Amino acid sequence: MATVRIPPVLRPKTGGQAEVEAAGADVGEVLRSLTGEFPDTEGQLFGDGGELNRYVNVYLNDEDVRVLDGLETTVKDGDTVVILPAMAGGAG
Amino acid sequence: MAIETTGVQAIEEIEPFEAAEEIDGGGVVLIDTREPHEYQEAHLEGGKLVPPGLLGDEIATAAPDKSARTILYCRSGNRSALAAAQMQQLGYENVASMSGGILQWQEQGLPVVAAHGMTPEQRDRYSRHTLLPEVGVDGQVKLLNAKVLLLGAGGLGAPTALYLAAAGVGTIGLVDDDVVDASNLQRQVIHNTERIGMPKTTSARIFIEALNPDVEVVEHNDRLDASNILETLEDYDIVVDGADNFPTRYLLNDASVRLRKPVVSASILGFDGQISTFVPFEGPCYRCLYPTPPPAELAPSCSANGVLGVMAGTMGTLQANEVIKLILGAGEPLVGRLLLYEALGTRFTELKVRRDPDCPICGENAEEVPESEMGKFPDYDAFCAGAGGDR
Repeated sequence: MATVRIPPVLRPKTGGQAEVEAAGADVGEVLRSLTGEFPDTEGQLFGDGGELNRYVNVYLNDEDVRVLDGLETTVKDGDTVVILPAMAGGAG
Repeated sequence: MAIETTGVQAIEEIEPFEAAEEIDGGGVVLIDTREPHEYQEAHLEGGKLVPPGLLGDEIATAAPDKSARTILYCRSGNRSALAAAQMQQLGYENVASMSGGILQWQEQGLPVVAAHGMTPEQRDRYSRHTLLPEVGVDGQVKLLNAKVLLLGAGGLGAPTALYLAAAGVGTIGLVDDDVVDASNLQRQVIHNTERIGMPKTTSARIFIEALNPDVEVVEHNDRLDASNILETLEDYDIVVDGADNFPTRYLLNDASVRLRKPVVSASILGFDGQISTFVPFEGPCYRCLYPTPPPAELAPSCSANGVLGVMAGTMGTLQANEVIKLILGAGEPLVGRLLLYEALGTRFTELKVRRDPDCPICGENAEEVPESEMGKFPDYDAFCAGAGGDR
């Protein structure tokens, strides 16, 4: 199982949880476990073609999966997957 | 020459020119055995301050190796001789006291680090800075000569401005076209109840000028757009991004990469904050991290979503710390690193951010975009209509 860190904007879709345990052998499978458990997150993570939306960054531990193997990046037990959309708030 | 001081053991005394030769040769631990106010006035480069009364407590930190060559100096040579004897009793094997102290050193025309460029009032005001080896007098003078532009005099800008002003950053530019509202005061600590309705740049200037008369505040009571951003940024060394919307953040990125100005960028929402430092062509830029902005439902503003007031303080002061490190050239700025702070769990997470070779702004094949296109996307209008922010 991996721990998925949920950004604040997605927490309403995960019942307020900031961390969710999800199973999967790679990043794509872990995220699919997440969207399976919390279907409302699907449209915000994945585009129509099943690809990760460009405005969502995903990190395995501290490394961007874009510089690893993307959604095929292998996930080990105890790894952390961080979902990170840009935030603009300066609290103007 | 050796003289008797305590009757227990002779200590070695050396002339300033001998000390200078040894120091030039390297491998010498240099200890200043005077009081802090004397040290601030002038000291030998590389000299570590260990006041006589604190020798027992601090010498092990300043001079951890008891077999290393250690030279002590004071004002005229008396206190350093006593300290040398004390150190020998503590087991230091190779200690010398510089005869005649820093007075004779200066009489012989040897160089010191002096508080030039600072008034007596400034030496007093910034004494806790100049005591730090990472700042010192030179660093404080750098701060006094630095010019920093704050984008936004709101949640993030308020604490950043306060600490940069207190630190003596000589010129602080403030960009904001908003006025102070009662709902700002839960976090924007640079404003106050009496100044509700006043332009934020003016309210901030009043506070800063009362805090530190060394700081010149430049008000830019305006919004940055493609027509004015380059000329606005040009006068500053570093930009602090606390903008409340994506179009301004991308515009700032594109202009700062063009002008090669470092940007310290933070954002806050709810109980969450992010911060990174973008130094053009040394590390990634904002577009390397976020190639495209999120749609509106993934980018609520603080006015719609809420934000814990203290988040502005936490992230704003982290920004001030980054700015000061950049000015001093000290430490490790958050270049290529994104720091996340989650306040409910009190958890910091650091992520790696890499330069994107295909980045349209700072990538290997990036072409200079025309000014009219800075900050834009191919589908800019649709993006602006959909993206979050307070515009």
